Amino acid sequence: MIPAAFEYHRPTDLQAALATLQEFGDEARVIAGGHSLVPMMKLRMATIGHLVDLRAIADLKGIRIDGAAVRIGAMVTQQELIADAALARAAPILRETALQIADPQVRAVGTIGGNVANGDPGNDMPALMQCLDASFSLVGPNGSRAVKAREFYEAAYVTAREDDEILVAIDFAAPGGGYAYEKQKRKIGDYATAAAAVTIRKDGTACSAASVAMTNLSDVPVWSKAAGDALVGSACGPADVGRAVAAALADIAPTADNRGPAEFKRHAAGVVIRRAIERAWSRA
Amino acid sequence: MNEMAPISREERVEKLKGLGCSRKRVEDVRFTQGKGNYVDDLKLPGMLHGDFVRSPYAHARVKSVDKSAALALPGVVAVLTAEDLAPLNLHWMPTLAGDKQMVLADGKVLFQGQEVAFVVASDRYVAADAVDLVVVDYEELPVVTDPFKALQPDAPVLREDLQGRTSGAHGDRRHHNHIFLWEAGDKAATDEVIASADVVAEEMVYYHRTHPCPLETCGCVASMDTVNGKLTVHGTFQAPHVVRTVASLLSGIEEHKIRVISPDIGGGFGNKVGVYPGYVCSIVASIVTGRPVKWIEDRMENLTATAFARDYWMKGKIAATKDGRITGLSCHVTADHGAFDACADPSKFPAGFFHICTGSYDIPVAHVGVDGVYTNKAPGGVAYRCSFRVTEAAYFIERMIEVLAIELGMDAAELRAKNFIRKEQFPYHSALGWEYDSGDYHTAWDKALKAVGYADLRKEQAERVEAFRRGETRKLIGIGLTHFTEIVGAGPVKNCDILGMGMFDSCEIRIHPTGSAVARLGTISQGQGHATTFAQILASEIGLPADSITVEEGDTDTAPYGLGTYGSRSTPVAGAATAMAGRKIRAKAQMIAAYLLEVHDGDLEWDVDRFVVKGAPERFKTMKEIAFASYNQAIPGVEPGLEAVSYYDPPNMTYPFGAYVCVMEIDVDTGVHEIRQFYALDDCGTRINPMVIEGQVHGGLTEALAIAMGQEIAYDEIGNVKTGTLMDFFLPTAWETPHYTTDFTETPSPHHPIGAKGVGESPNVGGVPAFSNAVHDAFRPFGLRQSHMPHDHWRIWKIARDLGLHG
Ligand SMILES: Cc1cc2nc3c(=O)[nH]c(=O)nc-3n(C[C@H](O)[C@H](O)[C@H](O)COP(=O)(O)OP(=O)(O)OC[C@H]3O[C@@H](n4cnc5c(N)ncnc54)[C@H](O)[C@@H]3O)c2cc1C
Repeated sequence: MIPAAFEYHRPTDLQAALATLQEFGDEARVIAGGHSLVPMMKLRMATIGHLVDLRAIADLKGIRIDGAAVRIGAMVTQQELIADAALARAAPILRETALQIADPQVRAVGTIGGNVANGDPGNDMPALMQCLDASFSLVGPNGSRAVKAREFYEAAYVTAREDDEILVAIDFAAPGGGYAYEKQKRKIGDYATAAAAVTIRKDGTACSAASVAMTNLSDVPVWSKAAGDALVGSACGPADVGRAVAAALADIAPTADNRGPAEFKRHAAGVVIRRAIERAWSRA
Repeated sequence: MNEMAPISREERVEKLKGLGCSRKRVEDVRFTQGKGNYVDDLKLPGMLHGDFVRSPYAHARVKSVDKSAALALPGVVAVLTAEDLAPLNLHWMPTLAGDKQMVLADGKVLFQGQEVAFVVASDRYVAADAVDLVVVDYEELPVVTDPFKALQPDAPVLREDLQGRTSGAHGDRRHHNHIFLWEAGDKAATDEVIASADVVAEEMVYYHRTHPCPLETCGCVASMDTVNGKLTVHGTFQAPHVVRTVASLLSGIEEHKIRVISPDIGGGFGNKVGVYPGYVCSIVASIVTGRPVKWIEDRMENLTATAFARDYWMKGKIAATKDGRITGLSCHVTADHGAFDACADPSKFPAGFFHICTGSYDIPVAHVGVDGVYTNKAPGGVAYRCSFRVTEAAYFIERMIEVLAIELGMDAAELRAKNFIRKEQFPYHSALGWEYDSGDYHTAWDKALKAVGYADLRKEQAERVEAFRRGETRKLIGIGLTHFTEIVGAGPVKNCDILGMGMFDSCEIRIHPTGSAVARLGTISQGQGHATTFAQILASEIGLPADSITVEEGDTDTAPYGLGTYGSRSTPVAGAATAMAGRKIRAKAQMIAAYLLEVHDGDLEWDVDRFVVKGAPERFKTMKEIAFASYNQAIPGVEPGLEAVSYYDPPNMTYPFGAYVCVMEIDVDTGVHEIRQFYALDDCGTRINPMVIEGQVHGGLTEALAIAMGQEIAYDEIGNVKTGTLMDFFLPTAWETPHYTTDFTETPSPHHPIGAKGVGESPNVGGVPAFSNAVHDAFRPFGLRQSHMPHDHWRIWKIARDLGLHG
């Protein structure tokens, strides 16, 4: 559990960070909270010559809320997400999700940017970001661009981000209405056996908008358009929820691991999605 | 000197903080401030660091080891392989179980994580880099991780070094992967009873492989002083004196030239009893280089390579009359010992004390047979927070009772009560050869059932089942019952030894002139709080306050010889030695007091902290005064000073017991469970410190929760460890840990000087069946008989699915 030797860089602005990435190419990698990256380095599954620490870059911090528009800096920690009162009012699902990530020690250091950039299907934030239809602001040597969370994840640890790009912020519109992040895990500090993020808006007695996304049930986060569609226009009764769950399950491809065989995960996912929808609807 | 106002007898008792006092743990002052002193805190001048090259394969031939690139790395001092150790005859070492074990791979590897080469470097980081540079050429061999498959005729030969050897340390070997068959009881009589019984319940009960996983992993610092020829080894040793003796026998260094020190130890739970290759390699490296060498394993190494626990396949048959009177019990165990038989049991007991498996019940005839088997898994089989194989035994009998209750259609609490050994039967001779010293099971059981409202719980459970059947809920209730009997305090020298060393223990006391004292013991605390509780035993015996008594353990240059701490033996054995040494002090003190008071010895009586002249309460000498006198007065016929030593050979084991009830809610769709209530009644005999007992019970129950509900060392078919990190190896946090309600009865041990029996391991022994029985009990109405642990989410889900509960 001892990493190989590396050089450590601590730039204080984004341009310097980008320049260091350029200079060392493949050998360099940014580090945020380090709570996904450092374990990989200690296991020597990742050997990185140059670590570029983003912690001293002030521009990457901060949560800004302007009406429904929410912008979260990449270096905002999970603990900061939990503690931010304005965010809890605008988009309480972030707090609900962040509280189910790891444990207080990890959350004090792990960042939202690292969580979504990492590309591990076990991370909880990516599915939430897909649920919220967030977009990721990336800055690289050729300027900046935005990529939708729903288009960002290509395979486990493979994302649309280029190696020389840095994620600077996450933008989304606060969804309003009901919400829930439901997660089944074996213990504190565990990744999901199955988890689902749901937002629902209600118009009179009917559902007017719904979004359903899932964590750790495929090699990428899964946003199920069909599941949301199944709810829109309905009163979210048991049969409607059943249809939505069936639609969501059609979009996942869980694999066996120490949490259990795929068959179990599929069954647990059904329960988790149903509970998330029911809780979101009850809050809508 | 200011004479204090006379204080009452009660105040004097209170001041001692002796037996029965919930004295705060003196150790915690440093532990809670992060000021403990663990082996990895030790930094000696010029110290080198060792690290292992380990096998990625579970079974392979080692064709070559190329160390040239590693040796070329600046800072690397040496790379040791079996070839380097062979001239010293240290490439293999004896195990505590009468087998031998490779220190470094000698031609082949037999489990994933096995030590292949030992790198020694100037710095921990360089050592890790050098490990990556050692090139080992392996040729993979077929792997067996299943002990039943290992015994098939065409199974691969694992231990080529034993080929052709038809007998081992414990009798005949009937197959190349067979280690021993060990038996107890009367087979013919048991078979006969079973054949003619009204009712026989038969079941395979598996207690899966798990690991003690102490928070601090294993490690040592070996330091050879080349000037005076003295070897000092600091390490995580649960038995420092035994390590000294083994080190002397292996190295040829005379025992007085070896000093073994166990500093603060961050939990042991059996993991730190054995001798590991890391210790041997560090010692050799220090002798060769003349510099101190530190070796500290990381978490993955600890979980994959140092001693595991359990892995017992227990096939049982239990016979009874129609009305539920048990008439006989048989058990055959297939014991997976891994690649080497490195169990840490007393030498004559290759299956430990598994034959305590008749439990708390009066069973007229019984038989057990245990087949030890080699597989391509890590060696070990240690007593993880239990006496030797006692948890396996308790789990077995407590599952068999439940299965028999199902067979009889009887309530499991009633079945237990019907078969308990009755109070008047003690001392009780069990069918498998033990003499239970004392017990009062019915009293404990009744108290437990009443405390939890057992009848109401059963009613609620039945209502829940009805509601479930009507589709109104997806949650079931399980009521897990256990009445366990332990056997701890090994043990009488006549039948208990480790590598020939009798399992006595010791205490040496020195009283200082001003009335404080130091007591040194042959045991070593790993968190049990010996410095607190042994001082309390002594305070009550010699009348000096516990706060004035320092307890020291773990340094073989100062502590008297002892066999160490495991198997709940410290209080039964070293605690007894402490009381006996205290009594010697008191006997001498009585002579001194008689001289000072100018009366005959026999005219004095002991009163809390002083000797008083009978019938003249105003004439007395306190222990403090006597201590001073022993150093400053010439007393005819009495040597100066006040010291004593006792080596205590226990006449018998002690038999703590307890009654546990666990109430669990189970979600049949997700397998998620919630422990609604856990009631633990422990009877550990005389209670030295109720608060320490409660702490021990909480800790043991939490480890039991871990084992029953998720913790395991799992292998895939090619011998890869699947649970080698704490992400997958379940170590509960405060979040997963339920609230426990503790309770007690007090049945003193008749043969122990203060009647204490030991408690550290009871909650793990009794806790595992209580949690597991709760899971089983929830599904009993739907036809479940047996489902193997650990009961993690998916396995509970699978029970429900297999019973058709998912519709
Ligand atoms: C015990 C434990 C339990 C955990 N449990 C959970 C859990 O339940 N759920 C969960 O979601 N996570 C869990 N995690 C992971 C944790 O949340 C991490 O903190 C998070 O995944 C990564 O964030 P980080 O800031 O630590 O990123 P790092 O580890 O520093 O980085 C992760 C990856 O993202 C890249 N990266 C980071 N920031 C940027 C950026 N701004 N631009 C471009 N690339 C970037 C890095 O180069 C690296 O490849 C757990 C971690 C631990 C140690």
